[in-house]
Amino acid sequence: MSEQKNVGIVIVSHSAKVAEGAADMVRQMVGDSVPLAAVGGNADGGLGTDVGAIMGAIDKAWSESGVAILVDLGGAETNSEMAVEMMPEERRERIVICNAPLVEGAVMAATEASGGSPLAAVRATAEELMGG
Amino acid sequence: MDQAFKRKLIVAMADAIIAHAEELTALDSAIGDGDHGLNMKRGFEAVLADADNITVKPLPDALKAIGMTLVMKVGGASGPLYGTLAMGLGKALPAEPSVADATVALGRAIEDVKARGKSQVGQKTMLDVLIPVQAALAAGGDDLATRLPAIAAEAADATVPTKAIRGRASFLGERSIGHMDPGARSSSLLVQAICSVFNEA
Repeated sequence: MSEQKNVGIVIVSHSAKVAEGAADMVRQMVGDSVPLAAVGGNADGGLGTDVGAIMGAIDKAWSESGVAILVDLGGAETNSEMAVEMMPEERRERIVICNAPLVEGAVMAATEASGGSPLAAVRATAEELMGG
Repeated sequence: MDQAFKRKLIVAMADAIIAHAEELTALDSAIGDGDHGLNMKRGFEAVLADADNITVKPLPDALKAIGMTLVMKVGGASGPLYGTLAMGLGKALPAEPSVADATVALGRAIEDVKARGKSQVGQKTMLDVLIPVQAALAAGGDDLATRLPAIAAEAADATVPTKAIRGRASFLGERSIGHMDPGARSSSLLVQAICSVFNEA
């Protein structure tokens, strides 16, 4: 399966450093086999999230197989949901926000995605972490 | 609704949020992540900066533009929540709304906010102010612009003894009791600001 077919992963944190660090850990696991984008901080560069930047990250990690988003706290989820709704309609169905811890979820989701798994399987793998 | 009136509304809302930014942040520091005042200020400063473009639009489009600006600029969960509220009002209001139109539109916009925040009344959120304000609008009567701010302020006060179920404050559980919800306070400030403009008219 070609690289572009693998599900993409987007990491959304309130902190740019957390987002970058989580992305580094994902890269260490899967290299460049999975489209990956990480975004953190508000429009002023402080702690928070930025809908426009999240949309940009989804574009960057876009794959025809879809994109799984991992978020940290409340506003990251709400802003990610908003970003998904603002994406072109034909893409929206292929974007999911995983109910999973950010770092562990991103690594697990990316590992699943690197094997060519479909979006639902990538999401399920990340969300299994919440089951304990 | 003419351009000057729309500008007055924007200025009144922005002034209220900017003037109370520190208070909102202090409320949010007690039970959340302490960014509500700053975030709302950033959003409303952006709305104010774009007022020339916003006020030339008919009311529904002006509200959608305000909502979009809040979504893009606020940076916390309150961006999508207030953005959804404004965009919901924009979708439901005609260009020249009556009180009845405003009642229906606010009711629909509240449903949008509930869906966005996955929240209900009584969970220590902005909804605890918006819902009684909408109910008072629906009940109608004279002097709405005088009575609504008091209803909103009372409703915001009433969030003090409640426990947060949604949002960052919910992490605190019982410890969220005893503090006013910052989103309820900012909603109350906005109701007050809007009513003050209608009272002057």
